[in-house]
Amino acid sequence: MALKIVKGSIDRMFDKNLQDLVRGIRNHKEDEAKYISTCIDEIKQELKQDNIAVKANAVCKLTYLQMLGYDVSWAAFNIVEVMSSSKFTYKRIGYLAASQCFHENTDVIMLTTNQIRKDLSSPNQYDTGVALTGLSCFVTPDLARDLANDIMTLMSHTKPYIRKKAVLIMYKVFLKYPESLRPAFPRLKEKLEDPDPGVQSAAVNVICELARRNPKNYLSLAPLFFKLMTSSTNNWVLIKIIKLFGALTPLEPRLGKKLIEPLTNLIHSTSAMSLLYECVNTVIAGQYSCSVGSVCLRISVVKYLGLLAMSKILKTHPKSVQSHKDLILQCLDDKDESIRLRALDLLYGMVSKKNLMEIVKKLMIHVDKAEGTTYRDELLTKIIDICSQSNYQYITNFEWYISILVELTRLEGTRHGHLIASQMLDVAIRVKAIRAFAVAQMATLLDNAHLLTGNMQRNGICEVLYAAAWICGEFSEHLENPVQTLEAMLRPKVATLPGHIQAVYVQNAAKLFATILKNQEGNTDSTAAQETSQLMIDRLPLFVQSANLEVQERASCILQLVKYIQKLQQKDVEVAEEVSALFAGELNPVAPKAQKKVPVPEGLDLDAWINEPPSESESEDEQPKAIFTKEEPKHSRPRHTEVDEKELARRREARKQEQANNPFYIKASPSSQKVYQETPGVEHIPVVQIDLSVPLKVPGLPMSDQYVKLEEERRQKERAEKKKKEKKKRKEKRSGRGKKHDSGPESEEDITPAHVVDIVTEEMPENALPSDDDDKDPNDPHKALDIDLDKPLADSEKLPVRSHRAAGAPKSPAEDGEAENATPQEPKKKSSKEKRDKKKDKERDRKVRLRCWKHSPPSGRKSDSRSAQSEGRTKSSKHKKKKQKKEKEEKEKKKKKKHHHHHHHSDGGGEESVQNGTVEEEEPLPVSVCDIQGNLQDGSQVVVSVIFENKSDSFLKSMEFNVLDSLNSKLQRPEGSGPHDGLTVPFQLPPGVSNEARFVFTVQSIVMPQKLKGTLTFIVKDSSTHEKLDFKLHFTCTSYLITTPCYSDAFAKLLESGDLKSSSVRLEGVNMPFHHLLARICFHHHFSVVERIDSCASMYSRSIQGHHVCLLVKTSGQTVSIDAKCDEPTLLGNVLDEIKQTFSQC
Amino acid sequence: MIKFVLMVNRQGQTRLSRYYHSVELSRRAALEADVVRYCLSRKKDQCSFVEYKDFKVVYRQYAALYIVVGITDSENELSIYELVHNFVEVLDKYFSRVSELDIMFNLDRVHIILDEMIQNGHIVETNKSRILAPLTAIDKMVES
Repeated sequence: MALKIVKGSIDRMFDKNLQDLVRGIRNHKEDEAKYISTCIDEIKQELKQDNIAVKANAVCKLTYLQMLGYDVSWAAFNIVEVMSSSKFTYKRIGYLAASQCFHENTDVIMLTTNQIRKDLSSPNQYDTGVALTGLSCFVTPDLARDLANDIMTLMSHTKPYIRKKAVLIMYKVFLKYPESLRPAFPRLKEKLEDPDPGVQSAAVNVICELARRNPKNYLSLAPLFFKLMTSSTNNWVLIKIIKLFGALTPLEPRLGKKLIEPLTNLIHSTSAMSLLYECVNTVIAGQYSCSVGSVCLRISVVKYLGLLAMSKILKTHPKSVQSHKDLILQCLDDKDESIRLRALDLLYGMVSKKNLMEIVKKLMIHVDKAEGTTYRDELLTKIIDICSQSNYQYITNFEWYISILVELTRLEGTRHGHLIASQMLDVAIRVKAIRAFAVAQMATLLDNAHLLTGNMQRNGICEVLYAAAWICGEFSEHLENPVQTLEAMLRPKVATLPGHIQAVYVQNAAKLFATILKNQEGNTDSTAAQETSQLMIDRLPLFVQSANLEVQERASCILQLVKYIQKLQQKDVEVAEEVSALFAGELNPVAPKAQKKVPVPEGLDLDAWINEPPSESESEDEQPKAIFTKEEPKHSRPRHTEVDEKELARRREARKQEQANNPFYIKASPSSQKVYQETPGVEHIPVVQIDLSVPLKVPGLPMSDQYVKLEEERRQKERAEKKKKEKKKRKEKRSGRGKKHDSGPESEEDITPAHVVDIVTEEMPENALPSDDDDKDPNDPHKALDIDLDKPLADSEKLPVRSHRAAGAPKSPAEDGEAENATPQEPKKKSSKEKRDKKKDKERDRKVRLRCWKHSPPSGRKSDSRSAQSEGRTKSSKHKKKKQKKEKEEKEKKKKKKHHHHHHHSDGGGEESVQNGTVEEEEPLPVSVCDIQGNLQDGSQVVVSVIFENKSDSFLKSMEFNVLDSLNSKLQRPEGSGPHDGLTVPFQLPPGVSNEARFVFTVQSIVMPQKLKGTLTFIVKDSSTHEKLDFKLHFTCTSYLITTPCYSDAFAKLLESGDLKSSSVRLEGVNMPFHHLLARICFHHHFSVVERIDSCASMYSRSIQGHHVCLLVKTSGQTVSIDAKCDEPTLLGNVLDEIKQTFSQC
Repeated sequence: MIKFVLMVNRQGQTRLSRYYHSVELSRRAALEADVVRYCLSRKKDQCSFVEYKDFKVVYRQYAALYIVVGITDSENELSIYELVHNFVEVLDKYFSRVSELDIMFNLDRVHIILDEMIQNGHIVETNKSRILAPLTAIDKMVES
């Protein structure tokens, strides 16, 4: 019979294995999804069987399906089953599946702690190996903490196979549990000298990763690495070592010198490109003066990497790269776009005053040749980037730049018209000396507008006309022939341009008009002026009919104005002065951050009321409008409104003074322009006149080249002059010390710009605060590893050795809290609360301990508790003994302990922490510790997990758990049992053992907190007497909340929906940092932070019945105000009460 | 650090995937498809390193099979390029002239080989016989 069963299962095992599945999928190409769904059904059947071989086969197939993208998380528990198989072949399949499917939030991971520990200590090295490999994929902070010590032991295992794996996985452990780094480091260091090269390599890998965080710690290891570097022959290890040295050299310059020799040796001897590349990289990154050039030649075989390396060289040795300019420019011809783009990046970094013109000239040639608009546009933006970088630092001749921009406008089909336009505007506004030239060029552009209007699409090149028109209008005083430009601007063809450009045309036509009037006013013959007016009146109606509102409005306004002016002109009234007053004043560029940086003047409180605040009732009327109720600004009101007259007068005076000194402050008086000119500016600086022998203004002819030539001539001249001067100087100095003057190749500083240009900086407010950009990334996962390793180890830092956490000394939760760092826990507070409750209940004296576990990361805490329990079951005898002793001393004193857990929702995939309720239990002798965990499942069910721990010396059996149901909450009993029957606890408890049982409660309404009374009856084996233990289950409202993440947009939508009722609470005297406060709310009340801005945060949570609870938490000083919204006001009120209670115990 | 190792064929079907940092299942499919498309679109004379989002991709083609490795910025591309070849050599040695079918039907074995070579996103072993030692031991164990 038994044989039959075995045979049958073997047959089934061969039903379909992985190979069959793979083949099957290949044979069902048309209906793959259908085939796979039948396979999954089969697998589900297989998983239900008891035969581990069948299960393993099923899990193996699941792993394959998972790879294909099918979700197999439902089989997580079966995977754990297969993992715990004693047969290696199955165990391996289990671990493989786990490493593929599990992640940090998989809830069953907490079940694996003991299994993994068992496997780690298995005598079979492959068991250990497979456990280590698997662990590296799904280690959680809790696993890391619980297993850190075991893995550390394995680092000294006799077999190198295990050692190397253990060393490598330690890195993952460090990441998840940074506290382990310091205690484990000495052993890690030892492993660098391990006899086995594989272990060495693993240690190098780990330290290399660690050193990226805090290289200083690893400086002392340099000699060791130096030895390894000269002895190792493994290229991969060498690469890592060289990388590590790359991180160390900046800290210890002497190291660099020492490394030159081995590095150059490697460069010349190695045949591996990767090693060569790494050496070059390090040579470059460090301050070694190696012969970089020759190396670059060699690596130019691998162009892409060569270019990458070059960009690194550039940062330290710009000159050595600049000599390879031609090589890089050649790369622009490469077929591969990645290489071309890299080369462009490189060019951006290597321009200087000297070579800018040349490089841009080459780029312009490429622009002409380039195929495809995308790449051409890329080139165009790069040219502009290169030229405009660091505030036009490298441009010596702005006339050249303007001509480049004008040339770029001839590109066909570009989408960067807007970019060119903004550059033109920027240069014209900020470089005053160039305005005359710019205006002339722009006038030509306007004249030839028909060349540019071919491309009317958005951001097309016609955008340039926008800039041209504006420049011509704004700086019209520089125009040579304003009438002609005006005529060009009012051509009928203009009406085909996009609306926003037309608007600029119209407005600037008016500016031009004003200038023309001014010029012509002096003339005796007034007909010219009148003709201009007539021109305006003739042409403007075209724009008045425009479909674009902006154009229409401006045009009709200006048309009326011109008509009026014409009338005045006919009466021979001088109007020019008044018309030009319309457009008086300078426009200065304002820094983008200027507004933000305006410092709040001393004594100004932006939150203070200007008028008396409206009465309380009024503010309440306003409440419904605001998303959250307004905070009453009690504290800041009266003080600031009572500043005396004198003080005000003094301030006014000071302000005036300040304004007078501020050149950028535009005063109300018409003399503003004058004030501006008084500041030392460009006007006073003589502009070098260049004799332009070439007619620059011929349209359609590339002219930037001529500038290059001119520039060269000019530089030569300058150089000659300089040499002369130097000679003189030298002669003078020869009598002195004979100091050397390096007159070698000209350096950056030697090049003086053709024009003395004053680049107007962007305006910033006075006393602008320095920018406070934080360059540290708070999300860096490795941040935690920034630990000082040189400090001696403290006792408290020892790695946790297995112990019964739950049964530990009363301070253990606090310790855990420290260890976890991120989980603030307040056991004391809760317990005091409990105490109070109990006093109310007039119960007998007792000690209550309660542990609350933080929920996030959810699985983390869960597994902790689980492991704590399981440890309790297996290995905590020592602790127990102690406890028992204590208990004897305390004799009748009763102890109780509570353990609250947040548990996992098995469905839906979300993590819900749940029942924060407490159990109050009163106990006669033997049962002394009772851990209770809450757990919720769907809408109306609450699962309470109770951990029974027997702390007595006697064996307990026949335990029955019963709760007195309330109308609202009922214990779910098996069918057929009466409403008052107790539930049998499905196990017996030997002394010192704990176990967990779960009970399901049905809850109808979750809006109110409730307490349920219950009893536990049991029989003590020796005495055979029935004992009874009373307790209370406390379901708080918070326990019905489930931490649910919420995105800010969804959150905003929710608040706007108007379905939510609001309420608020104010907490006084809360003395803790804001983030602690938030953490505490998250932890105790299952909220998640949606958004946080300074001292204000929005939080969200959901109840098991789908109520939304939104909080807005604000803090100022010791006052915390919480405005809340929820669709169920009673629930909200209770939750707020509970929050208040949490903080009242601070 | 190595972020993932993929084996895909020309049709874009995944033959093996191994992630060394957790990626959601739904994202994996998108990422794989994306990366593969990227690699397939490149010509033979183009280089084997591609920048993709915040990491780099190193790929190598063997007949119809592509091996694609995602690495962080700090990793040496060429060393990974050589590692891929090493991996293929090991597979070749074990399966004696490895083919796509070998990989499909012996996925678990390929995984063992890969795990011997890369752990935790780091190269742990590159010596062929040492990589294969556990696998041969396991094979013997299964046979007996």
